[in-house]
Amino acid sequence: MRNQQATQLLSELSHPGRVAVQWPACDVPEQPLEDIIPANFLAEEAPRLPELTEGEVVRHYTNLSTKNMSVDTHYYPLGSCTMKYNPKRNERLASLPGIVDLHPYQDESTIQGMLQLLYELQGIFSEISGLPACSLQPAAGAHGELTALMAAAKYFKSIGEDRKVVLAPDSSHGTNPASAQMAGFKAVSIKSDPNGGVDMEDFRKKLTDDIAVLMITNPSTLGLFEKNMREIADAVHEKGGLVYLDGANMNAILGIARPGDFGADMMHYNPHKTFSGPHGGGGPGAGPICVTEKLKPFLPSPIVEKDGERYKLDFDRPESIGRVRSFFGNTGVLVRAYCYILSHGPVGLREVSENAVLNANYLLSKVKHFLPVPRGERCMHEFVASASDLKKERGITAMDIGKRLLDYGFHAPTVYFPLTIPEAIMIEPTETESKETLDVFVETLFKITEEDPELLHDAPHTTPISRPNEVQAARSPCLRADFCSS
Amino acid sequence: MSYLYNTPDDQAAMLKSIGVDSIEELFSTIPEDLRLKRDLNLPPQMGELELTQHLSALAAKNASPATHACFLGGGSYDHFVPAAVDALASRGEFYTSYTPYQPEVSQGNLQAMFEYQTLICDLTGMDLSNASLYDGGSALAEAVIMALNTGKRGEKVVVLGTVHPEYRQILQTYFTDLGIEIVEIACPDGIADLAKVEASIDASTNCVIVQSPNFFGGIEDVAAIAEIAHKNDAVVIQSFDPISLGLLKRPGDLGADIAVAEGHSLGSPMQYGGPYLGIMACSDQFVRRLPGRIVGQTEDRRGKRCWVLTLQTREQHIRREKATSNICTNQGLFALRASIYLSLLGPSGLKQAAILCTQKAHYAQQTLTEIERLEPVFGGSPFFKEFVLRDTQGNVEGLLAEAREAGFLGGVPLGQFFPEMEDCFLVCVTEKRTKTEIDALTRTFSLCHTGGSTIHA
Repeated sequence: MRNQQATQLLSELSHPGRVAVQWPACDVPEQPLEDIIPANFLAEEAPRLPELTEGEVVRHYTNLSTKNMSVDTHYYPLGSCTMKYNPKRNERLASLPGIVDLHPYQDESTIQGMLQLLYELQGIFSEISGLPACSLQPAAGAHGELTALMAAAKYFKSIGEDRKVVLAPDSSHGTNPASAQMAGFKAVSIKSDPNGGVDMEDFRKKLTDDIAVLMITNPSTLGLFEKNMREIADAVHEKGGLVYLDGANMNAILGIARPGDFGADMMHYNPHKTFSGPHGGGGPGAGPICVTEKLKPFLPSPIVEKDGERYKLDFDRPESIGRVRSFFGNTGVLVRAYCYILSHGPVGLREVSENAVLNANYLLSKVKHFLPVPRGERCMHEFVASASDLKKERGITAMDIGKRLLDYGFHAPTVYFPLTIPEAIMIEPTETESKETLDVFVETLFKITEEDPELLHDAPHTTPISRPNEVQAARSPCLRADFCSS
Repeated sequence: MSYLYNTPDDQAAMLKSIGVDSIEELFSTIPEDLRLKRDLNLPPQMGELELTQHLSALAAKNASPATHACFLGGGSYDHFVPAAVDALASRGEFYTSYTPYQPEVSQGNLQAMFEYQTLICDLTGMDLSNASLYDGGSALAEAVIMALNTGKRGEKVVVLGTVHPEYRQILQTYFTDLGIEIVEIACPDGIADLAKVEASIDASTNCVIVQSPNFFGGIEDVAAIAEIAHKNDAVVIQSFDPISLGLLKRPGDLGADIAVAEGHSLGSPMQYGGPYLGIMACSDQFVRRLPGRIVGQTEDRRGKRCWVLTLQTREQHIRREKATSNICTNQGLFALRASIYLSLLGPSGLKQAAILCTQKAHYAQQTLTEIERLEPVFGGSPFFKEFVLRDTQGNVEGLLAEAREAGFLGGVPLGQFFPEMEDCFLVCVTEKRTKTEIDALTRTFSLCHTGGSTIHA
C-alpha cells in the first residue's frame, strides 16, 4: 500500500504549534534581547518554517527515500559515473569521534591524526597517478579542473608566456570547456576520429603555438584507451603546452597505467567514482588534483607537509594561486577514499580495475549481438552502444530503453552521451556486480528491444510517477512550494 | 577484500564469452610502454578490523568533544545535530543514490531538493534558491560571477574587510587574473564604516559584498549598505549565517539581491571543514543565470504532481564553454540534512537556537572581559555568537595553549588572517556550550600566567 502522505510537502503537513526539538533552558543570566541587539536588526517574526513533530519528519523523509533508486537497492549500469558499491565500513570510520567532529581551525597539535591521514593520502594519490604533488582542496571534479587550469595559467605567467588556448575533444565532459573558460582560456574543441579517439589530423591542425593545455579523458568517454596518447602528449609538450587528464575513468586503470607515466602533467580524481564515496543524490564529491613537480608551487594552499615527526599545514607558498575553497577541502569524502584504498592495498586496487574491465567486456560481448557498439570489440570499464538502428527500424530510442529498464528494476544507463554517438547508451557495470546480475541485465535489455514500441514510449509504468513534463518545468519554472503559476 | 563477486570460475566463463584467454589480454589496448610494470607502492591491504583500529588510533591523536570544549568559530561551528538528521540522511536510498537525472526513480531526492529550495527561500526571504553549491566561500565567488554576467554593469567588485578572510582569498584566486578589479574596504572597527562604503561605490561598481553577521560576529547595517549600492545600480551580495536568521532580519528584507551562506551549521558536522553546504538564493532577475542544479515542479503524464531537474540549458553538459558556471554537482546529501534539520527545528526551534547562541556568547564576552588580561576589541558593536578578545599581554598562542592543556579549544588566533591583530582571537559560543564550560574557560584564562609580551618585544 502506498503512503499518500509521502507526496505531500512539508508545508502541507505543517500544523502550527507542533515541535520536534526541545532546547534546554538558557543556563546563563539572560539579558533583554533589545539591550544587546538593536531592534532594527531583529526580525519581526520567526522565520516561516514548517511545524512538525519528530515522528512526522521521520515518516516524511523515510517515505521519500523509498522513491529513490540507489546502489544499496538497485543495479546502476551507469556509464561515466561509476556507481559502484559504497562500503559500509567507510561510513562508520568517517563518522568516528575525532574524525567527524574536528574544527578546521584547531591548533595543529590537536589534529596530528587527521593531518597524518591527509598527508598519507596526498602520497597515495601521487603514487596512483604517477604525479608527485597533490592538493586535496578542490570540492568536486570540475572544481579540480578549474583549480588545475588556474595553476597552469599562473605557471605560464611565471615563465613569461601568454598562452590562451585550451583544447578538449568534442567527446569530453562539458565541464572541461566550461572550466577552461572560467580560468580565462579560450576553449577549442577537437574532433573525434571514427574509432572514438582524438582525430589526429584535427588535433595537429589546432595545436597552435599559444596552446596552454590539452584536456583529455583517458580512458575516454567511449571507454577506450587513447592509443595515440604518447604521441599526443609529446606533441603538446613540444609546443610548450601542458596535458591535463580528466580522471573520471580512473576506475579502469588503477595499478595498471599511471597518467604521469603516459604524459599527463595534471589530473583530478573523482573519489566518489573511483574510491567509492557515495553519490548522495548528487553530492558531495571531492576533486583532489595531482601535478608534476614544476607545477607544485602553484597549487592552492595549504598543503600538508611532514616536519620530522610532526605534520603541519604549509601556507608559506608564495607562488600559490591562493585558495579555491574555504578551510581544507571535502575531508569527509577524502577519509572514505583513504579507507577504501587501505581496504584494498596495491594488489586489491589492481583487481578492482581488472574486474571492472572484465565485467564491462563481458557485457559488451553479450550486448553487441542486439545493440551495435560502434567503436570496437574491446573496451575498458565502460562501452557505448547505439540504438540508432532500432530507432530507424522500430522507432525505439535510447531514452525508451532507459525508461523501460526502470520498470524492470534497473537504473537507466547514461543516454545521449557522448554526443558523438547517435542514440548513445553508455553502460558501465563496475567491478562490484556479479555475473548473475549482468546476465539478468543483458536478458532484460534484449527483451526490451523486442517489446512493443508503444509500451516503451510510455515507459516507465511501475515507478512512483510516469514521465514528467520537463518542457513545462522549464517554460514556467516553479522552483518553490508556494510560488507556482498553476 | 575488494568487494568483488567474480570467482575464478566466473572469470573463466566470462573470458570465454569475450573470446580471450586472460584478463591481461583485455588491457592489450594500452600500449606496452605506457603500462606500469610493478605493483603500486601503497600500504598493504587491511581488513575491516585492522582498518578500524588504524582509524581509531588516528582519531585518538585528535582533540574532539570528548577531550575538549570547542569555542572555535570563524565559519565552522559546533552546533548540535539532532539524531533524526543522522538517522534519515544515512538511509542508503538517499546517500547511495545518483544525481536525479531519471526523475521517475528519484522523486525522493527531487522532492527533498525542491523542499530545500523552498525552505531556503523562506529562511532568507529571497525569490529563488538553487539546490546547493560546494561551500559558503566558493558560493560567494559564484555569486560574483552571476552578478558580473547579469546586466550591463561595470567590473569593479567591492568587498568589505569584515567578510571572511578565506572567502576574500577565494575571490582573489577566481578573479584577479581575469581583469576584474576587487576593492577591499578595510574595517578596523570590526564593522563597516558607511562613509567609506559610500566613497568606494560608483557607477563602475558591479557588486558589493557584505557579510552579516560578519567574520568577527558583528552585525552589519546591511540595509544601509544596500541602499548605497542600489543607488549606484550595484548588486548586493550578502553572506549570512543561517542560524542567525532565527533572530535577525532576512537578507531579502534587508535589500540583498543574492544571499549566500555556509550552511553546514544546519545539521551537518564540522568534519574538519568539509564537505559543507553552499547556500545560494537570489532575486527573480537571476533565474536563468543561477549556477548549480535547480529542481522544478511539474506534472507527469497522468497529471500527478512531480519534480524534475530543470533549466538545464544553463548547465555545462549542454552549453559547454557557454555555461553559466562549470559546476556539475551539488551537495545533495548536505542539502537534505539542512532540510531535515530545519523541519525538526521549525520556526520556534530555530529562533530559540539563535537566542541561546546570542545569550551565551554575550555572557561569555562579559565574563571573559572581566579578566584583567583580556579586553573586548569591538566592544560597542552588536554581535551574534562570536566576538573578538585582545590579550593585553600579547601572547595569544601561549594563552590558547594553556587553555588546550585544560581541555578547551579556546579561540581562533586572528594574527594568521590580520597581521595587525596578532594579539587578538575570536571566541565563538554556540547553543552547545554550557554555563559550566564558559565559567571554566573563564577560570582557566584568568589563571593563565604565560604572560610576557612576545609580539611587541
